[in-house]
Amino acid sequence: MENKMETRKLSVYYKNFQALYSVDLPIQKNAVTALIGPSGCGKSTFLRALNRMNEVIEGTRVEGEVLLDGKNIYDPRVDPVALRKKVGMVFQKPNPFPMSIFDNVAYGPRIHGIKKKTDLEQIVHKSLAAAALWDEVKDRLYKSALGLSGGQQQRLVIARVLAVEPEVILMDEPASALDPISTAKLEDLIHQLKQNYTIVIVTHNMQQAARVSDYTGFFLNGELIEYNTTTAIFTAPREKRTEDYITGRFG
Amino acid sequence: MPAAKRLKEQLGFSALAVLTCLAIVPVLAIVGMLAWKGWPALTWEFLTQPPRKFLTQGGIFPAIVGTLGLTTGTILIALPLGIGTAIYLVEYAGKNIFTRVIRLAIINLAGVPSVVYGLFGLGLFVLTLKLGRSLAAGALTLGFLTLPIIISTAEEALLAVPDDYRHASLALGATKWQTIRRIVLPAALPSMITGAILGISRAAGETAPIMFTAAAIYIPSLPSSVRDQVMALPYHLYAVATEVPNVPDHMAFGAALVLLAIVSGMNLIAVAIRTRMRLKRMR
Repeated sequence: MENKMETRKLSVYYKNFQALYSVDLPIQKNAVTALIGPSGCGKSTFLRALNRMNEVIEGTRVEGEVLLDGKNIYDPRVDPVALRKKVGMVFQKPNPFPMSIFDNVAYGPRIHGIKKKTDLEQIVHKSLAAAALWDEVKDRLYKSALGLSGGQQQRLVIARVLAVEPEVILMDEPASALDPISTAKLEDLIHQLKQNYTIVIVTHNMQQAARVSDYTGFFLNGELIEYNTTTAIFTAPREKRTEDYITGRFG
Repeated sequence: MPAAKRLKEQLGFSALAVLTCLAIVPVLAIVGMLAWKGWPALTWEFLTQPPRKFLTQGGIFPAIVGTLGLTTGTILIALPLGIGTAIYLVEYAGKNIFTRVIRLAIINLAGVPSVVYGLFGLGLFVLTLKLGRSLAAGALTLGFLTLPIIISTAEEALLAVPDDYRHASLALGATKWQTIRRIVLPAALPSMITGAILGISRAAGETAPIMFTAAAIYIPSLPSSVRDQVMALPYHLYAVATEVPNVPDHMAFGAALVLLAIVSGMNLIAVAIRTRMRLKRMR
């Protein structure tokens, strides 16, 4: 397998607080990597470090390297704006813009310079179809996205990310605000998306990690405790702490 | 519910209802009196003709034009400056001593009495910058008077835009400016505009800032440039009430009614804009 991304001795600080301690973690291409661990273990911080969304918060500092196709994304010559086009992100809470469904999906292509209506229509159609939402919204593309259900909104947000044709998609607990049926749909979608994309997903839900991911990293107190194939992590963890967490003994 | 409790509940509600009525009474009284006494003056001639015989006859057209001119100037000066400042403070400036001092200064500016602005305008725009008493000097003075209100309301409006939107946009590879331009501003605009219009409509009714900087008691002709002195409704009212003898009552009340209509009209526009933009975004 090929590494799409890789972190080397990645440490992240918020002002004086160290949130991540020297994490080395590979992210395989066209696979789903799940990050698990109790709240505050640094998994979301790690995720945000992968497309430099940490920098949006004042007082964040990063040490070490994050490689994307072998190149360090923290190199001063790398433009975070261009990076985020390649490494998209889906947030915990569905956050569609207060505009129409069409405009939500077309937002990314538009800011990257696509103006022709027919091109935009094509991208919107393709992205919504890829996010398994097209059939549900095709008759209301020009209605507000805020009228959609939570599950639909989250798939819309994924369509919005797909529309800028990223290579990696980061998902920060994307199902935590969804009901079980919407969650199942989302998990199906993640399965399909990994054919074409590299996916990293943070989740609190152990079953979800086991269902959707190929590789799993277990974080605790800012450290990566264990990384392996998901099967290995869930059937034969090497570390006692991993086993304790997975079996629900703490966290 | 026990009887004592119910009685207390009813007393409470009644007291609040009475207080609400009391708050409305002065408004109704003012509007009622103005309408009653000013209505007879509102003829086509009164609204479209210049005054004659030192304000005792004719109309108030130049004062209406002057007030509308001053208001337009105020908008042109205060809106870009105020919204720009708010965007900088909320979106770009860090949270440090410097921005805290600026915020404190803005809050204090909002509390400065309008007559002080008038004297400031006289000193800076009329005398130092040699604009003379003019539409331009008056608009600048009113602009600065309105600025703190516009900055504060615009700041509130920007802060009310959830960070989720900003993050979503940045994560799609948008620049900060694209995010502000396309996501944050459209979301904040309805409240920004409402706040701005409320601030400006307040300025439109101010007398003290313009009496030293722009307004004249009696100029039957219309201004031909921004360097001209103008008549303005608030100052006209002040003049007919205190300076000029023998102005018929109905003419003074008529002018007051027109000023009230202009100011309320602007406030109505503010409400309409906000409602429309909200509906548009929710559809």
